[in-house]
Amino acid sequence: MKLDKPNKLRIGLAVAVLIILARLFVIQIVDESYKTDASNNSMVYSIIYPPRGIIDDRNGKILVGNKIAYDLLVTPKEVEAFDTLALCKALGIEPAFVREKMQEYYRNRRRIGYQSVVMLKQLTPERYMKFAEIAYMFPGFRGQARSIREYPYNAGGNLLGYVSEVDAGFLKSHEGYSAGDYAGKTGIEATCEEYLKGEKGYNIYLRNSHNKIESRYRDGEMDKEAVPGKDITTAIDAELQHYGQMLMQNKVGSLVAIEPATGEILTLVSSPGIDVEMLADIGSHYNEILANPYKPMFNRAVQSAYPPGSVFKLVNGLIGLQERVFTPRTEYPCHMGYQFGRNRLGCHDHRSPLDFEESIMMSCNAYYCYVFRGILENPEYGSVSEALDVWHEYVRSFGFGRKLGSDFPSELGGFIPDSEYYDKVYGKGRWKATNVISLSIGQGEIGCTPLHLANLCATIANRGYYYIPHLIKDSGDITIDPKYKERQYTMVDTTWFPEVIEGMYRAVNSGYNSGGTATIAAVKGLDICGKTGTAQNPRGDDNSVFICFAPKDDPKIAVAAYVENGSFGARWAAPIASLLVEKYLKGEISRPALEQRILEGNLLDKVKTD
Amino acid sequence: MERFRGRGLKETLDWPLIICYLLLVFIGWINIYASVQSAEPSSIFDFATRSGKQFIWMVTAFSLAGLILFVISPQIYESLSLPIYLATVALLVAVIFLGVEVKGSRSWFEFGPVRFQPAEISKIATSLMLASVMSQYGYRISNLKNFILTAAIILVPMAIIVAQSETGSALVYVGFIFMLYREGLSGWLLFMIGVAVLLFILTLTLSPYFSILALAVIVTLCDSLYHGKIRKWLMVMLPVAAVLAALPWGLGRLAEITHAEEASFIRTVRLEYFLAGAGLLSVPYFAIKAFRERSTFKWLSIAAFIAGLFLIFSVDFIFHDVLQDHQRKRIEVLLGLKDDPTGVGYNVNQSMIAIGSGGLTGKGFLKGTQTTYGFVPEQSTDFIFCTIGEEWGFIGSAATILLYAFLIWRVLQDAERSRENFTRIYGYCTASCIFMHLFINIGMTIGIMPVIGIPLPFVSYGGSSLWAFTVMLFIFIALVRHERRYFN
Repeated sequence: MKLDKPNKLRIGLAVAVLIILARLFVIQIVDESYKTDASNNSMVYSIIYPPRGIIDDRNGKILVGNKIAYDLLVTPKEVEAFDTLALCKALGIEPAFVREKMQEYYRNRRRIGYQSVVMLKQLTPERYMKFAEIAYMFPGFRGQARSIREYPYNAGGNLLGYVSEVDAGFLKSHEGYSAGDYAGKTGIEATCEEYLKGEKGYNIYLRNSHNKIESRYRDGEMDKEAVPGKDITTAIDAELQHYGQMLMQNKVGSLVAIEPATGEILTLVSSPGIDVEMLADIGSHYNEILANPYKPMFNRAVQSAYPPGSVFKLVNGLIGLQERVFTPRTEYPCHMGYQFGRNRLGCHDHRSPLDFEESIMMSCNAYYCYVFRGILENPEYGSVSEALDVWHEYVRSFGFGRKLGSDFPSELGGFIPDSEYYDKVYGKGRWKATNVISLSIGQGEIGCTPLHLANLCATIANRGYYYIPHLIKDSGDITIDPKYKERQYTMVDTTWFPEVIEGMYRAVNSGYNSGGTATIAAVKGLDICGKTGTAQNPRGDDNSVFICFAPKDDPKIAVAAYVENGSFGARWAAPIASLLVEKYLKGEISRPALEQRILEGNLLDKVKTD
Repeated sequence: MERFRGRGLKETLDWPLIICYLLLVFIGWINIYASVQSAEPSSIFDFATRSGKQFIWMVTAFSLAGLILFVISPQIYESLSLPIYLATVALLVAVIFLGVEVKGSRSWFEFGPVRFQPAEISKIATSLMLASVMSQYGYRISNLKNFILTAAIILVPMAIIVAQSETGSALVYVGFIFMLYREGLSGWLLFMIGVAVLLFILTLTLSPYFSILALAVIVTLCDSLYHGKIRKWLMVMLPVAAVLAALPWGLGRLAEITHAEEASFIRTVRLEYFLAGAGLLSVPYFAIKAFRERSTFKWLSIAAFIAGLFLIFSVDFIFHDVLQDHQRKRIEVLLGLKDDPTGVGYNVNQSMIAIGSGGLTGKGFLKGTQTTYGFVPEQSTDFIFCTIGEEWGFIGSAATILLYAFLIWRVLQDAERSRENFTRIYGYCTASCIFMHLFINIGMTIGIMPVIGIPLPFVSYGGSSLWAFTVMLFIFIALVRHERRYFN
């Protein structure tokens, strides 16, 4: 064979193949460290599940912690004949269950092979200890510790969300998970999954030929430690959240409190909600939750678009002032309503005429019909339709009609109509200001969430700007999106806001019989400013609405309360919001009778559930 | 009439090659079945699983092979090579803008459920183009114009594939150098590429100092071997090199004995600069010698030495600024510079444990525990060899590798026997590509190559790759058959 180029290449090929074969020979036959022993299955991977990150409230109280539970694993290949009754007694289960499971494992023996499968989940430590004492009698059975969620406060069920085992659908759409893992599915558990989940680790053990675990594989060199999840600090005040839930019990609606100076959500109640008791073991309560006619999974605070009612007059007033269609001194008459053509938008009995502040204090409907007509028929704009679009832009600048961008999943945008919408409903050019006059008092085609209303309240408390409401705070090495730290100004000049605040102050603090609509919310020394709303509900009694903030000159808390079928704003929403403010600012309640009425109030029967 | 139709199917087809191909595809299929962990024990034909899908790819690949063997006239390849090549380059560019992103690289087109990677066809197109250009009358690789044209044909698709962040696929093109070598490229070039890789590794693992020393030793050794002065080299250069090699150690000892301070000269001196300086100073001496002896080889040695120095001092830059993070990590892990038990190192370790645990005879079909556990990543695609190694042991994996060796050897054999330059060059291209894939892929799973995600030909799961290699191989078989029908 002559050494020409083709032959040199063949020699090269032979050398390369020999290198591979030699290396294979080394790692498959010579080097013991890559080998497992004669039983061919001697490496046992024992997964170490990391503890999930802890969720704290704003004061460092633990909202969601961890506790240890045990899963019972079975390796069917290792199971020998055992005393079924003793096992059942220790574990507190029926013999039929064990038999059925063992038969199932036998049917799937090929798939399972030498792997372990989970037979029982989330045994309590006490229960597990009973088993552990006699575990030697049951080769092939072993426990695996894993941390599950624990909730020291009954606060914020819907908000926190639940953690459950991943299913096939979840595995398909998420990388880095495998069957048997747990993941946050809703609420904060879902949004902060990245931080909370941590990283799985494992220990590798070697088994001898009797299937006993004998030693660590390579002295643990190949093991991987679990990395615990990162802790999260939320803006929630656990005590306040809990109190809010108490106030809202047996009512359908929402209660949202925001710290105006930061946009942090102090409390977010959706009622009826999910008890934290259920969260811990969502699997066994799931059907019960689904069957509940009041839909406790549905987070009304961010997912329910309601008409805001008279609360919305504040927005229209501010826009009117900014557009110079009236001044705070302008007085409009009202005699039980506002007459336009053959129609009439009714009002309640109060003195007449009123100026702007008084119109807020007494919540006069007619006043805002004048204001809103002024906005829509403003000669500066070519048409009502154009003016409505300007109004629409103003309203959007308050955050209405769009998602606020909070860190809460599935936030709803709500709806604010524009000219295009009415063109579609009535036909282009076939509608005028009087067709849409109900917008003036927050009725008609407006939808906004309780979070929107709380944000409006915070905006007014801040005299013209808001921070995007959010639940998660900076902590440790977690930094929230900088957008949450930017002031969001509305299109209305900050100079107009004190006029509105004065009206809101008088609505609450003018004393009984003064005509102020929210005097029931007054707390001495707290300077609460508020606005009631009574929103029509086609499905029964009106909805009771109230927003307020306090103290007037240095607002610490802005609240929106929305109670379905609660009739007048002053009936339910105002006391609820007022009690919440008092609890937050004073720590105790000075009006036990009022508190008792609210806590015992039950409006569930008034709510139609079909 | 009989003569006109040429010889029949039985005699003209290279049956050993086809049987070898079928065996590899079959091995791939059953190991894909074994490596996919499914919730229910399913049939190998279950179309919801990868093995079922692979079956579809196999049937379609066989149809493609039949089409190439029996329908398409083998004569068209030569004339169509230019349009095919241009169209492929256009596709390669288009995929950067129109493709879907898969694992950080934009190199896939997606049509409904079917994904395909233009880089796979571009190997075939480039091979055809090379064969067509290089088989023309009067082509000589030593002609600069011809050489540049050839280099451009290879480098254009390679550069575009690098731009798609598919560096692994681009690396396969380096294999064409074997074909170029066969077609007349100087063996020294091949040698120099080897030396460059060695210097790169030495610089990273030991130090630039040793790397320069190795360079000087290699260059002078080659030079003396070439001029038949090996004796003089052994007398002079070898002792000098030995002393120089001991110098860093000696300095360290000296510093210890004299208790030199941290900042002292002995501890901070950068020896590599002195060595490089000394080397450069001696360049004029060798240059005069080269001039006197009129030795082109000496001139080239000097050039190689300077180029080598340049490489050594830019290793740091290449390693930290040109390579991407993950590429650097993979090389560091391979060379044992860094432990990364959770990342790249983890994959390689798990893969080696899986293969190593197979032992001599393996654990048996479907009895693998490492691979079915899901601890080996990409089990059915890039790391399919783990399943083979674990379940079939050394015997099975060696047999698989020997099958490949036979396949490549057979292609080389047929290529050498061919009368047409086109067929021969195309055959060498095919063999080079399969060899590069084989060596890189299996090298990666057994820890002698960095982790580079390219499939194992015929065996890895995936339609794109199976189709491409089938087409590539069967074009060659068809070319060979075409010749045998009329000659031989």
